[in-house]
Amino acid sequence: MVLQTAEAPCSCMEASENSQSFLKAYRWMLLARLVEEKIASLYRGGKIFGGVFVSKGQEALSVAIGSSLRKGDIFAPLIRDQAGRLAFGEPLLDCLRTYLGSRLGPMRGRDGNVHRGRPKEGMLPMISHLGAMIPAVAGCLMARRFRGIEGTVGATCIGDGGTSTGAFHEAMNLAAVERLPLVMVVANNQYAYSTPNSRQFVCRDLVDKAAGYGIEGHSVDATDLGACLKTLGQAVDRARAGHGPQLVIGSLLRLAGHGEHDDAHYVDPALKESALGRDCLKVAEQHILSSKWAAESTLLDWNEEAQKQIDDAVALTIREPLPDPNQEDWCALATRHLSEG
Amino acid sequence: MITYLEAIREAQAKALADDPRVYIYGQDVGQFGGAFKATKNLAQEFPGRVLDAPISEDAIIGSAIGAAIEGMRPIIEMQFADFSTVGFNQIVNHAATMNWRTQLPCPITIRLPSGGTAGGGPFHSQSMEALYAHYPGLIVMTPATVEDAYSMLLEAVAIDDPVIFCEHKYLYYHLKAESLPTEAMPTGKARVARAGRDATIVTYSAMVHESLAAAEELAGEGWEIEVIDLRSIKPLDTDTVLASVARTGRLLAVGEAFPWGGVTAEILARVASEGYDLLDAPPRRLNAKDTPVPYHPNLWGTHRPTARTISAEMRELLRR
Repeated sequence: MVLQTAEAPCSCMEASENSQSFLKAYRWMLLARLVEEKIASLYRGGKIFGGVFVSKGQEALSVAIGSSLRKGDIFAPLIRDQAGRLAFGEPLLDCLRTYLGSRLGPMRGRDGNVHRGRPKEGMLPMISHLGAMIPAVAGCLMARRFRGIEGTVGATCIGDGGTSTGAFHEAMNLAAVERLPLVMVVANNQYAYSTPNSRQFVCRDLVDKAAGYGIEGHSVDATDLGACLKTLGQAVDRARAGHGPQLVIGSLLRLAGHGEHDDAHYVDPALKESALGRDCLKVAEQHILSSKWAAESTLLDWNEEAQKQIDDAVALTIREPLPDPNQEDWCALATRHLSEG
Repeated sequence: MITYLEAIREAQAKALADDPRVYIYGQDVGQFGGAFKATKNLAQEFPGRVLDAPISEDAIIGSAIGAAIEGMRPIIEMQFADFSTVGFNQIVNHAATMNWRTQLPCPITIRLPSGGTAGGGPFHSQSMEALYAHYPGLIVMTPATVEDAYSMLLEAVAIDDPVIFCEHKYLYYHLKAESLPTEAMPTGKARVARAGRDATIVTYSAMVHESLAAAEELAGEGWEIEVIDLRSIKPLDTDTVLASVARTGRLLAVGEAFPWGGVTAEILARVASEGYDLLDAPPRRLNAKDTPVPYHPNLWGTHRPTARTISAEMRELLRR
């Protein structure tokens, strides 16, 4: 696959910066892909309670938003954002500890898999109800405004199916009314679980929704890491510069089931063969090689490094204590004396 | 004289004045001062901190959760308690689970103008407290007096957990006090609103006043009825209820909400399991009827418990 860029020729320094950010993002994608493969393998081995949801095919879009944000920003990832989480700064251990139920993880066994976060550090832990995280990010941004903190951007992710929710609509409209620096990333991966887009919406293109909210919209080929980095970077910059909410629609195909329990037999073979069905990780690798930004042996080294990082993290996590019902305090309130226990 | 509604307004003014983290967000709460005027002049007195919201209950509450994560203390006004169902998901699944999941408290106050008024009809009259009390992670306040409306709202804002503040619309204008309180009972403690020795009525919110009127009527017949005002239904002060039943031996629980499950059922369950031996007669409960809340006053006046129906129910209990 050859990537064509429509950009004007840039200076060598810019090219170097582009290659550095591309390579950095690629390595997060690789780590995300490999850790999810490890988790899927642990799942098949019966080592994981609950579901496993992988991002295969969505890493480029996800890593682009995660790496376009900076420290102090707000990020509410959704289920297929392992790459974005890593790029935003979530430790790899958070992922494994949550999937494996370690008591030392951020959710301490009280919540699992993708429902993890570090809200004190600006990374919100998702709830399952689609669209629910969007107003929460909006509220974080309202709080920053109340507190006189300038320059924050908030971003959150959803899929094509999530755009059908009332919560999505309410939150996008609210963010537009408040003109908040919110970047809404939609991974249009063609299926919501098994439901194809033809049963989800009939608008010509999801990006048209931006006009309905009076906000700026962007479309990107989400199998193309370079395009994702550019588009998400621009969207984040526009939001930070005071141009209000930004809607980014990334087109791609989910290259796995909804979860590891799902064989995705319902996916149209024609879609798999189409440009949407390209694997963004492979596309990125080919771009690196054809641009001579790194040698094949270097890519292999990076793969090994990532694999070792994952193996070390798994080895550490599986020795960690599990949640103990006898040590659990079973108190939902922060105001403990008001708990009914 | 100060009304229950004015007390709510004054509490919000004090919260805004005392704590820069407080802001108010809801439909029509800004320049207009709110559908019931509970935020009258607050937008003018506290510029930029009392904001009109679009008609988006889910997003309003979702945004409050985000703001709380970032250190604010939002006060959310639902225009009517009934409309909180549109924000139900954010309340019970997001706000209520936040502290337990993440150890980061979610201090939001959600004001629900609750309960029936003549002409309110099915969608402007509901009592939602039992729904919210069902969920772990929420505190549910049901003030019945001007003093509690003021002091409990201030406490709600100070509490680190999400608080559902059920303020009764019928009491907004009907209830008056000489002045605002300078001290208050803590949340979680019920109040003996009227002392008695023959039977106990346990109730909350507007039904406290219907129950007090029933107790007064029954006093004319020689009965001394004790009335307990729960003040908050979660936490529910079981100790005060049991102590009263220990004195009287008879229990009637009264609530304005629908009859299936709910606060009155919870009270009977607790007394039956923890204080069965204290009872001299089977405990009784009185609620609204098991239909939507009717619009016409002729129907509405019969749908919910009143002093007359409470007295009748109590006479049955006293006969046993």
